[in-house]
Amino acid sequence: MKVDLFITCLADAFYPQVGMSVVNVLERLGVDVGFPKEQTCCGQPAYNSGYQKDAMKAAKQVILAFENSETVVTPSGSCAAMIHHYYPKLFKGDPIWRDKAQSLADKTYEFSDFLVNVLKVENVNAKLESIATYHHSCHMIRGLEIREEPSTLLSHVEGLTMKELPYCNDCCGFGGTFAAKMSDISERMVDEKINNIISTEAKILIGSDLGCLMNIGGRMRRTGQDIEIMHVAEVLEKGGKI
Amino acid sequence: MTLNSIDFDQRVDKALADPILKQAVPFAQDKLRNGRNTAADQLGNIEEWRELAAEIRKHTIDNLDSYLEELVTNVRKSGGFVHFAEKDSDAVDIIKKIAKDKEAKTIIKSKSMVTEEIHLNKHLEAEGLKVVESDLGEYIIQLANETPSHLIAPAIHKTRQQVSALFSEVAGRKLSDETTELCAFARETLREEFLQADIGISGCNFAVAESGSVVLVSNEGNARLTTTLPKVHIAVMGLERIVPTWNELDIMISMLTRSATGQKISVYVTGINSARQSGDLDGPEEFHLVILDNGRSNILGTAYQEALNCIRCGACLNVCPVYRHVGGHAYGGVYSGPIGAVLMPLLEGYDDWKELPHASSLCGACTEVCPVKIPLHDLLIEHRKDEVDQGYAPLPEKMAFKGFGYINSHPALYDKTVKLSSTGLGVLAKDGYITKGPGMLGGWTDIRDLPQPKKQSFREWWAKERKE
Repeated sequence: MKVDLFITCLADAFYPQVGMSVVNVLERLGVDVGFPKEQTCCGQPAYNSGYQKDAMKAAKQVILAFENSETVVTPSGSCAAMIHHYYPKLFKGDPIWRDKAQSLADKTYEFSDFLVNVLKVENVNAKLESIATYHHSCHMIRGLEIREEPSTLLSHVEGLTMKELPYCNDCCGFGGTFAAKMSDISERMVDEKINNIISTEAKILIGSDLGCLMNIGGRMRRTGQDIEIMHVAEVLEKGGKI
Repeated sequence: MTLNSIDFDQRVDKALADPILKQAVPFAQDKLRNGRNTAADQLGNIEEWRELAAEIRKHTIDNLDSYLEELVTNVRKSGGFVHFAEKDSDAVDIIKKIAKDKEAKTIIKSKSMVTEEIHLNKHLEAEGLKVVESDLGEYIIQLANETPSHLIAPAIHKTRQQVSALFSEVAGRKLSDETTELCAFARETLREEFLQADIGISGCNFAVAESGSVVLVSNEGNARLTTTLPKVHIAVMGLERIVPTWNELDIMISMLTRSATGQKISVYVTGINSARQSGDLDGPEEFHLVILDNGRSNILGTAYQEALNCIRCGACLNVCPVYRHVGGHAYGGVYSGPIGAVLMPLLEGYDDWKELPHASSLCGACTEVCPVKIPLHDLLIEHRKDEVDQGYAPLPEKMAFKGFGYINSHPALYDKTVKLSSTGLGVLAKDGYITKGPGMLGGWTDIRDLPQPKKQSFREWWAKERKE
């Protein structure tokens, strides 16, 4: 099976190891992974801030970059939700681009969704001795309605004890530019999230969205919490052999 | 008209610094939202109910003109007086005139957000009238000289200790902070007010077009006393609060109470058909229905029309993480939380309310819980777009997103930007993290560290590794 990776800007620049983990896990599962170089950011920061024209420029570029792809996989619930819901909406007045947008939406999968629902894999033989909790990001559960897939995959990781996170459906306070624009409110939200994470006694916080992990991780570092952040793909890569 | 003497940032600062708010709001919010979830689960198929309720609201709003006409005809048929108020001040004038004609001295009110919207109490008091709120929560905030901070729980931000202090002042003796004693005191005090009032003013949860009835949903019995004891009853409604028939009312009431408080049904659901008819043992001698537009009809046919579906249950407030931490007053308007952030700019413009659409992380919890499926977080994005299009966005931000659009539509430039980001931001970094950034970045680093972009980006790794 041939899959093209949509890396997302955050993973590309800040967390390249997440991209490498995605590639490694997929390749171990026999997937032929490609990376169209023409891809850029999905445009969500501009879209969510009200700059639709600027968002459209980025969206067109991403649509073009993956025009010839059979299947697109991305390690971000948020960027996948942007493509699924807002790309067709952005181009609703332009039938040609709307169709192109819809066609990209139809073939784009968030990483855990692709593993569980397309590849039909639940156990990738990963191994990680630790205690962790999982952060359900808003765009995963409400944007894409992907709730069980990451937990299913994580439940099969040998040695990994998963603890349930209290208030797991609540936002971590990231919200893109919200985190910077209204940092004082965002601070309260992320602190509440962190207190809940601490209450699980987890050593690792696992997530499917690097925006959230960057927010929670950045705040934990600032406040001196010794809890590691990891993307689902990084966990699944650990000790893995097929 | 704005309620605010201080700007948004100051309101937020004040809210975040309030230790009682920090304790009271999350506590009440948890209780309300857990109740809603249980009540929704009991239905077994909440999504189908939401679908149905949304359809009913859409149909009603799409045909609002004909349902309004039907409602008005039927109210008049039963002897009620109907008044249309285009603006808030028109509604106030209508009510003032009725009070003057009746030579009224005291007015008792049951809970009504629409009268809060037109600041009715303030205007009536300026005429020398005594106005008493009879809903317990409204009574508390009236004594505290505050505005409601929640659609259905106006005093959500108050602890019982604070309530005890307020009531003790009225009583002239020290009351305990036991809920039963406080309720008993309010009941006793208010009973006298009910008996004395010349006019009762209520809101209107729903107006049933087919029978010309006003339906009130309440838990304390005060709405019944308000609408029954005084000689005149005035009901004030927003023009969108209509249901076509009692069949739709059944569904909407169920969605309202389950979403609001987690009740299958409220303690009282009161249907009022005009004033006392011959043969009736009680009821007012005169009934007036004031139908308020105040900007609502301007929303019809726009991208925001679904906001008119709102049945004021407050469920979106109860799940909102921003509301959880700042409470209702920080929003500054009569309507707070996600629906307030959508409505206030629509009703009163961006000049006073431009920050509200940004007071959201767009987490979508509001949209998920809304019983009539208003896409609340999408409407907030719509506001942000309109603000940008109408010139409300700051210039540096505009320039930044222009640059964003340009870079992201030129892959070679994007490639360079990613490459340069590590060294560029590296200047500010220590041990791989930036703790104090300039401009927009400063907002981020105010409270958290930012990782430095990696020396080798994914695309560089791929190019090197895969020799592409």
